[in-house]
Formats: sequence, structure tokens, C-alpha cells
Amino acid sequence: MANRTLPLTLPIALLCSGCTGWQSVLDPHAIQASRLEQLIWLFVAVCGVVWVTVTVVLVMALLRRKTPYSHTDTRMTRIVRAAVIATVVIITGLAIVSFYATRGLSSSDATALEIRVRGYQWWWEVTYLDARADQVFITANEIHVPVGRTVSLQLAAADVIHSFWVPNLTGKQDLIPGRDNTLSFTPREIGVYRGQCAEFCGLQHAHMALLVVVESAGAFEHWRQGQLAPAATPRGGEQETGKHLFESKACASCHNIQGGTASGTVGPDLTHVASRRYIASGLLETNRGSIAAWVADPQTLKPGNNMPRVALDASELNALSAYLAALQ
Amino acid sequence: MMRGVGTLVLSLFLVEGCARESRNFRLDPPIAASLDAVAPMPNRIGGAAPETDTVLGQPYLTNAYNLNQGKQLYTWFNCQGCHADGGGATGPAFLSGWWRYGPQAVSVFISIRDGRPEGMPAFGNRLTTEQIWQLTGYVRTIGAYSAQTAAPSRNDAMQSRPSENRAPATVATPSDEWPTAPSR
Repeated sequence: MANRTLPLTLPIALLCSGCTGWQSVLDPHAIQASRLEQLIWLFVAVCGVVWVTVTVVLVMALLRRKTPYSHTDTRMTRIVRAAVIATVVIITGLAIVSFYATRGLSSSDATALEIRVRGYQWWWEVTYLDARADQVFITANEIHVPVGRTVSLQLAAADVIHSFWVPNLTGKQDLIPGRDNTLSFTPREIGVYRGQCAEFCGLQHAHMALLVVVESAGAFEHWRQGQLAPAATPRGGEQETGKHLFESKACASCHNIQGGTASGTVGPDLTHVASRRYIASGLLETNRGSIAAWVADPQTLKPGNNMPRVALDASELNALSAYLAALQ
Repeated sequence: MMRGVGTLVLSLFLVEGCARESRNFRLDPPIAASLDAVAPMPNRIGGAAPETDTVLGQPYLTNAYNLNQGKQLYTWFNCQGCHADGGGATGPAFLSGWWRYGPQAVSVFISIRDGRPEGMPAFGNRLTTEQIWQLTGYVRTIGAYSAQTAAPSRNDAMQSRPSENRAPATVATPSDEWPTAPSR
């Protein structure tokens, strides 16, 4: 018995497991994503009914006894006409519903939180915009937003076309070089949601993930103040050495660490790198070991990325990883 | 029989067309170290390239991927700031085809790594050896006056000259540009 039901239940269980989780269209946690989910179910229902109807009519036509053609001529014309009208009405209806659902994805209000997201091969630069220049800050691969407030994203690309897609929160929108796109979402529930580049952008396209952390207004403000602050001052000789190495080797020519002399803009901003859950765009969880592994040999972990291997000996690597892992 | 052989040979060619260049992104540390060991002449103009470079087939001058990485580095490290798009400004031009320290790749490599008098900064501790070679390869394509089989890909941004993967630059003389009226 169990053997017979397994082939049936296993695929169904596998299908259903895709319906929830931190990266699923069918588990919406924002107003815009809910609208899209309703749209999906509407399309599935309408197309399902159409498919069943067509199949039933087809089976009936195959099973029917043959009758002379002339008897059914006018009836057939009527049926074809009704089918054409039904098709036009259904497609027009779905087009209108779809238009209204997707139009809401780029609407924004004056109180929206403005964030600029720029796609690079293969990571995301995130800039929190503000009318006051001293309130602007840059981070990477992790977006924090307060619950209930509309977020307006300005999407841009630095090199090739990427696509921003956090299925639990909103629709998919391309990041195109030389063009600014907008996308908005209003998160309803606190949580961590995963996004992924949704347009093939090169060798490491699959390793171009980002996280959206939806938190309470208080927690968001606390995080924002933390991000605005300069980097933590190194504690102890090892971290001091790490800072010195970072600023004297090639690291500083690509990466920025606020509060020191490292001010590169080519790679991700590392001022608060250890406060982020992942490094290298969702590749490894952040801890001292993974940072050391990444610095030691980035091309083995993520071949083709633009971070070169900088020659370091063991003690230098130790000091550098101690310094970076303390940048909360 | 002959047709069968012909079809077989043709299909072999087609299958061969599916092969891609296998790119090695991870330069082994000893190779990277040996690529740094250029042997310049005492006046630091020209010199011998590392043997590793020759053995590898001069990958930084002949491989399109490396040239393109060099092109990205040219923008990222603000080479434009002094050399513009090759036309020169504060720094010398590359498009002129006149190289102050000679046209050899080794000279360009040394210029980038160690800097030069009159303002060229040293990038030796800002870039890795591989990156300096990539940049060297790209800089040489700007001033090249003969066709190359490899070229970096085009720019997304506007560029003040035709991109490197278009027709090769040639020295245009007035008589080439303005054909004389046919004589009767």
C-alpha cells in the first residue's frame, strides 16, 4: 500500500513544499505580493476552467455518433461564434486585471523609504537615500526595512542586466544599465525574505542573492543609526594589524571602510560587513572563518568574480579576518 | 563513400564548434609571483617579459577576457582621470601610438606597477600582478595600429572613439580620406 501511494504523494508533497518559505510567490508578506498572488490564483482558476471545458468538449466530439454534416451546420456556426466571444472576453478581462495588479508595483507615496539598489556582477549595492547628505549610507546584499512603511526602490545596473526579485514581497523588475526602474513594496509582517537575481547575468548568476529584513520601526531605526556610524575601532594588536593590512594592501583600493583611509568604491562597502548575515552575496554565512576562507581564495569559492586573490601569509590572513569579523 | 566521409568531417567540425574556451580564473600563486618578475633594462625602458608569460602564450595580450577585465580596471581605477579615453590630458595620450617608455608590454607593466616621474603613481600595492597585466594588455590595444584577433567587448556608456572590437585602427593619410578627382 505504502509503496503504491508513495509515487503519488511524494511529488505532491514536493510541490507543496515550494508554496511556503522565505522565497516563495505563494507566501506573500507584502500588499503588492498579495495582489500578485491573487492574480496567480485567478489565472490558474480561469485557465483551469477553460482547459477542463475544452477537454470535455473534445472528448464529447470524439465519442459522438456521426451525423450528416448539413444538420449541424447552423448550430456549429453558433458554437464557434460563442467560443470566439468567450475567448475575447476572458483574455480582455485577464489583461485588465493584470494591468491593475502590476501598475501598483511601481506606485509610491511621499512618505516612502527611498532605497537605490544597483546590480553588479555579482552582488547588490544598497544606498539609503535621504534629503540630508549625512543621513545617506551604503551597504550591500542586505536591505533592512521597517514593517508597514512603503519602500520605493530605484533599480540601476553597473555592468549587465540584472533582475531584482524578492517573491514574498513584490514582483520582479529588471535592472538595466543606463536606465532607472522603480519598484515598491509595503511589507506587512516582520521576517527575513530572500531574493535572487532573476535575469541571467553571467557565470555567478546563481550566487547573486540578497536578503530583505523586515523589522519593527524601532529595530530599523536602531539598525540605521548603527549603519550611519563609522566602523568599529579595532581592539587589540591583532585587529590593529588587520586594519593596517587592509589599508596598505590592495583591499583598500576597491573597498570602503568608513572611519579609515580605505575608500574604494568598486567592491561592496565593508564598514559593517560583520553585521550582515552573509558575505559574497549569499554565498557564505558571516563568521571569521568564512571571511578568512573568502579572502584567502575568492576564485575557488566563486570563480570569475572580480575579487582577486591578494597574496597574504598565514599571520596576515589571521589578523585581517579578526579585523573584518569585528566590523559589526 | 566520399559523401559519407564528407558528412562525418563536417559534423566533426560542427561538434568542435560547441567547445568553449576554458577559463582559468584562479591564477596559481607561484605563477602570479613569477609573472611579477619582469626583467627591465637598466634605464627601465623595455626588458624581458617573464618566461611564464611566454609559456602561457601571452594571455594578457591575446585573450579577450583578460583585455576586457583590463578595460574595466581602466575605468574603476580612474585611468581616465589623467589619460582620458586614450586621448591624453594631464597624462600622455595612448592613441598617438607614441610610447614614452617604448611600446613593449614590459615597459607598460613597469609604468603601472612602479609609477613614472612627472606624476604617474605606482599601483603595485593597489592592484594584484594579474590585474596589472590585464591593464597592460588593454592599454596596449588603445594605441595599437594593427589589427588584433582579440579585443575587449563594447562599452555601455558613451565613448569618445570607436570601441576596440570594431575595425582596426589604421593610420589615415589625407590621400586615403579624400580621394582625388578622377583624371580625364
